[in-house]
Amino acid sequence: MPVLWKIASVIGSILVTMLGLLFVTFIIGRVMPIDPVLAIVGERASQSTYDAVYVQLGLDKPLIVQFLYYIGDVVRGDFGISLLNARPVAEDIARVFPATLELATIGVIMGVVLGVPLGVIAAVKRGSWIDQVARVVALVGYSMPIFWLGLVGLLIFYGILGWVGGPGRVGIFYVDVMPTITGLLLVDSLIDGNWAVFKDAFSHIILPASLLGYYSLAYISRMTRSFMLEQLSAEYITTARVKGMSEWSVVWTHAFKNIRVQLITVIALSYAGLLEGSVLTEIIFSWPGIGSYITTALLAADMNAVLGGTVVVGAVFILLNIFSDLLYKFLDPRAK
Amino acid sequence: MTATPDTPGGAPTLRSWLLTETPTSRRHARYSSFYKGWLSFRSNTMAMIGLGILVALVAIAIFAPLIAPHDPYAQDLGNRLQPLGTDGHVLGTDSLGRDILSRLIFGSRITLYIVALVALIAPIAGLLVGTVSGYAGGFVDSVLMRITDIFLAFPRLVLALAFVAALGAGIENAVLAISLTAWPPYARIARAETLTIRGSDFISAVRLQGAGPLRIIMRHIWPLCVSSLIVRVTLDMAGIILAAAGLGFLGLGAQPPSPEWGAMISEGRRFILDHWWVATMPGLAIFTVSLAFNLLGDGLRDVLDPKDSGS
Amino acid sequence: MSLLDVENLWVKFPTRQGVFDAVRGVSFTLGKERLGIVGESGSGKSMTGRAILRLIRPPGIVQADHIKLGGDDLLQKSEKDMRAVRGQRISMVMQDPKFSLNPVMRIGDQLIEAYRLANKSDRKGAKSTAIEALEAVSIRDPERVMRAYPHEMSGGMGQRIMIAMMLIPDPEILIADEPTSALDVSVQRQVLSIMDKLVTDRGMGLIFISHDLNLVADFCDRVLIMYSGRVVEVCQADRLHEATHPYTRGLLKSLPRLDQPQGKLQVLKRDPAWADAPSVSGRA
Repeated sequence: MPVLWKIASVIGSILVTMLGLLFVTFIIGRVMPIDPVLAIVGERASQSTYDAVYVQLGLDKPLIVQFLYYIGDVVRGDFGISLLNARPVAEDIARVFPATLELATIGVIMGVVLGVPLGVIAAVKRGSWIDQVARVVALVGYSMPIFWLGLVGLLIFYGILGWVGGPGRVGIFYVDVMPTITGLLLVDSLIDGNWAVFKDAFSHIILPASLLGYYSLAYISRMTRSFMLEQLSAEYITTARVKGMSEWSVVWTHAFKNIRVQLITVIALSYAGLLEGSVLTEIIFSWPGIGSYITTALLAADMNAVLGGTVVVGAVFILLNIFSDLLYKFLDPRAK
Repeated sequence: MTATPDTPGGAPTLRSWLLTETPTSRRHARYSSFYKGWLSFRSNTMAMIGLGILVALVAIAIFAPLIAPHDPYAQDLGNRLQPLGTDGHVLGTDSLGRDILSRLIFGSRITLYIVALVALIAPIAGLLVGTVSGYAGGFVDSVLMRITDIFLAFPRLVLALAFVAALGAGIENAVLAISLTAWPPYARIARAETLTIRGSDFISAVRLQGAGPLRIIMRHIWPLCVSSLIVRVTLDMAGIILAAAGLGFLGLGAQPPSPEWGAMISEGRRFILDHWWVATMPGLAIFTVSLAFNLLGDGLRDVLDPKDSGS
Repeated sequence: MSLLDVENLWVKFPTRQGVFDAVRGVSFTLGKERLGIVGESGSGKSMTGRAILRLIRPPGIVQADHIKLGGDDLLQKSEKDMRAVRGQRISMVMQDPKFSLNPVMRIGDQLIEAYRLANKSDRKGAKSTAIEALEAVSIRDPERVMRAYPHEMSGGMGQRIMIAMMLIPDPEILIADEPTSALDVSVQRQVLSIMDKLVTDRGMGLIFISHDLNLVADFCDRVLIMYSGRVVEVCQADRLHEATHPYTRGLLKSLPRLDQPQGKLQVLKRDPAWADAPSVSGRA
């Protein structure tokens, strides 16, 4: 029974938060200085055409009714038509989202694989040179503008050294040669067995993914370190040492086991952060993901696309947030 | 166990007056604790470096017209994209022949302006929501915290983008958008502090003396929330600078020809492969300032909020 | 024949204000007996226990002429050899089972781990040993307890589990560091008598560290009284009331007694000279 109750409360909080998100995007859509009717019918349409579209969009209804319509549309996956290319926004988003997902996933994997051990070692060897290095790495990560680091990285590794592919997901020869299976180019090219595309795609993704990975590493290593420090001073660690365990086992089987749940939360948050943090990275690397999509739409005043993109990113963000909360409640034996 | 410099027979110096274990008045105690905090802060080299950089930044911003070698807006198309170390242009010139150093110097004013505004708006909004929520409790608390949670669960940058899209590009709107996404953590902190303070005996004593809720919140709860908020604001400052620069870079913050650092990177981006310094220099400026805020924040946390230190 | 022989033990912590000596020149021996170490907080009694196991973490420093277990000097051992001493020859029970058991590991796993560190054994054999160990500390439903997490246990049960875990490898010496201070008064005696029985049956040496003078006098054979990092007095537990040192006398007088009711208990007056006097040897 308590488990069911917990699940119900989680679903409830997801719904409320989503509703809040939709409310905010709705309000943004209403206060926009752009007239949605004019945007569709154009400057020269007659008054009667204008009025017809006005009614068709439901703009003559009270705001609350419009909001309900809006919710209904979003729930059905209808984000309206893009003013830029006259295609449904939902289709566009489905097309660009995998690119962002691919980038952020590789980034967060890098951040976890490097950041967790770094944080653990920094905590175990507190005050040592490796702790200092970890501190500097994190501090620089917290202070560096990501778009600038991306530019400098592009300059050095692409412009000067030529080690990696340039902007975009693949080189010009390979654009659109792959059938879309998952939308993740690395996965698709592997499934298809197209080694050349895989190699090219890898050389393009490695730099932006490393960049995101670095930011994720900075955050994850700091959090890991502070969680570990807290555990290492706990009395059960002394117990483990009294038992005659090696320091390695004390750290990894006892202390680390106690931070796993907290760590999963941090990783989920970091992943969510990368999904939205990729906006600026995507611009730098001309990465055709949701960040580029929203920004392009923004500059073209394509409001349906902006709001649709915001809702999707927001929804993923909220789900990850709540998912990590949920994991916490179920994985920690003390929370049961 | 530390020796008290307050020797009973010796002449009382200012230092010993400040370091006393037995303050004689409330103001004495306040000065004394401030001085002790300063002493412990001063021994933190990194934090002092951060403070030094920020003091220098403020000085540069104030005296910008005196320091800058050129007019930041003066174009000189015959002299465009000059490299570092050119005569008269130490950091070179940009695509319109404007002196990069002078633009950086004037850009510090914009950075400080944004930071100061956000640092005023977001924490005060958070403080209001948090203390009211914590003090009122019950239904008000549930509703306000639900709203805070909703905002906390939003993607901040994307939401700021959407806000700017609705409000229109510009510095003030960028500030507003960042503030709108930055207040929830402050509300959480202020609420937590309020909940602990509310139950304490001295609040009951004040209430017995007849103080109303408004007076209790403003005179007794707010002052106690301030130190944890200051720490948090300082640590967030770097994030605010980066967000503002990011909006500027996307063309949604300060508009050209404004020498805002993010917008300068955006302008220099086109020339990154051949004229790398145009985009690199403003990036270094952003990095230095946000690093300074991070160092300062770490140091302040150790002094003001010892329970979190060492992390 | 002594099990443990400690000579001139010092524990030092470098601080910003200079070196702080937590334990200063403590010497004692331990036979198959119950040795109490009594002192107030900060007197160095816990540090003494931890120093024997070399559990003082850097920057703390342990120095001694020797800490002999059987014939070997523990201070000469490498960290790797020391691990074979911990748990298997000297073990320790700590104050609060709420903190000294790993909160996210099942109790059974923690017991099995303790056994398997000392004995090459498969999980199955280790499991039956663990269940026996739990039965030995009067835990009624050991199978269920094995599957439980520490936070599901009461304090008294937790401490009995802790004792069971520390005695699984059959050590020669048990150091009990305030083992009952965090427990309800009602279960303190029960835990103590279980521990007493196990230690006596196995012919182990016990170092019982406590701030509770009455408890130590009742429970131990011999008592070291520590003050400010030094041993100020050594006496037989049953002759504690004959103690001569003013600190011990002061402590005794500040305790209420049923057989000698007093209108007003004395407040302990400290003499700085106590801290400066050399340590008394606790050799038997």
